Amino acid sequence: MKTPQAAALNVERVSHSFGKTRALDDVSLSIRSGGFTALLGVNGAGKTTLISLITRLYDNISGKIEIGGYDVRRNAGPALAGLGVVFQSRSLDVGLTVRQNMRYHAALHGIGKSEARRRGDLVLDRVGLIGQADMKVAALSGGQTRRAEIARALLHNPRLLLLDEATVGLDIQSRRDVVSTVRGLVREEGVAVLWATHLFDEIDPQDDVVVLHRGRVLARDSSAALAQGTNLSDAFLALTGAEPVDVLA
Amino acid sequence: MNLGHVNWHGHLVCFHGIVWREALRFTKQRERFLSALVRPLVWLFIFAAGFRSAYGVVVGAPYEMSNVPYEVYIAPGLCAMIQLFNGMQSSLSMVYDRETGAMRTLLVSPYPRWFLLTSKLMAGVIVSIAQVYAFLLVAYFWGIEASITGYLAVLPALMLSGMMLGAMGLFLSSAIRQLENFAGVMNFVIFPMFFASSALYPLWKMEESSVVLFEICRFNPFTYSVELIRFALYGQINATAFAVVVSVTAFFLCAAIVAYDPSKGLIARKRS
Repeated sequence: MKTPQAAALNVERVSHSFGKTRALDDVSLSIRSGGFTALLGVNGAGKTTLISLITRLYDNISGKIEIGGYDVRRNAGPALAGLGVVFQSRSLDVGLTVRQNMRYHAALHGIGKSEARRRGDLVLDRVGLIGQADMKVAALSGGQTRRAEIARALLHNPRLLLLDEATVGLDIQSRRDVVSTVRGLVREEGVAVLWATHLFDEIDPQDDVVVLHRGRVLARDSSAALAQGTNLSDAFLALTGAEPVDVLA
Repeated sequence: MNLGHVNWHGHLVCFHGIVWREALRFTKQRERFLSALVRPLVWLFIFAAGFRSAYGVVVGAPYEMSNVPYEVYIAPGLCAMIQLFNGMQSSLSMVYDRETGAMRTLLVSPYPRWFLLTSKLMAGVIVSIAQVYAFLLVAYFWGIEASITGYLAVLPALMLSGMMLGAMGLFLSSAIRQLENFAGVMNFVIFPMFFASSALYPLWKMEESSVVLFEICRFNPFTYSVELIRFALYGQINATAFAVVVSVTAFFLCAAIVAYDPSKGLIARKRS
């Protein structure tokens, strides 16, 4: 059932195609418990496809994906129970209040009303949004909405948090707030994080980095080791052959 | 990681949460409620009133009299119409949820996908039943009355009918890629289903004017939805309608579950 002493996430030799287009090709990566791993790639590298496979929105046609030791294909329930996700597109119900969104998400994880309220307040406090709990999501700023989505993803105490381009479309201050919230979770609560991004300034030297390019993993190492004394963006361009404009896009 | 919630009690909590959200969304959309109520009332007050002066309808079971006032005849069809629109509206909201990303939140729940989709379907059915009873209340004051038994017996009929129409909508939503495509489907699904059925005229009358149209009406599952409701309002069961509605529900629900299955369905083949 469950692999003993499992990594928070283990992806082994996963490939996926859309018709004749190969979106992922033999991708393998592992995320240790309580670690921050950046999944770095330009737009179209396959980051969202990989996240869709991990969350079982797509089926992993070939290879194996385990979350906390549970195979997402054979043991989807326990695997997804340990997973929190912040998708690239906004997914809160804008017509409902933040607290109502929390309650709905809690119910989707089998958590009843009173417990949902307790946990909801806890996580909203954690991301600095307790004061906005009864506001409609439509009234929140972009950064607040993202932090509310992070709070929602944490509601059921997942050990692995996936964030797909979570800072896209945010201003500098909101981006900083979101990044610092997530790093705080790793540091203080031991949540493992897979942070999909194409923005180098969100990656610290000690972070683990997986470079994904055209559906293939080109490198897996710490950011500092990949940079080799230069900066990460130059190392990335040398590794992928991508144009600087792709990286900045 | 907490796996304690993925048990039978958790399933109940999850089901309740999905119904609660659907009901909450519905109550916040007053115009949706009003249009759901006004649509059949326009048919009842204007269309049926006009036709009543022209003629009554000669029908058989479940009516005891041979010549039934037209508005009495079409009331069950209007109940089914509310559910038809609601079923399609639910699927519209599924397509919208998929476009906005809200659907992903539902589908990454640890509960089985068939359970999540069936819960979503049931939530829509419950909302549609509330609309039908609101319509029946207004119709009562318009002089269209059923017995207490009829009002109670129609509840399971509405559940089944709502599930059938909701399951059809659910399946459609899996096949529709964008909201823009939905308007066309509405025209090609709702109107033909409604008009080519026994909602507005008895089938024998249709047979008199066109045998081909009569056969189309007989083939249309919506006809059986209407007849199930019509008989139930008079405390009776139409066995054929019951069998057809249950079978069509099972077929479309299974088709929708397969379509939403990440390893088999249409969703898996689309890049979202």
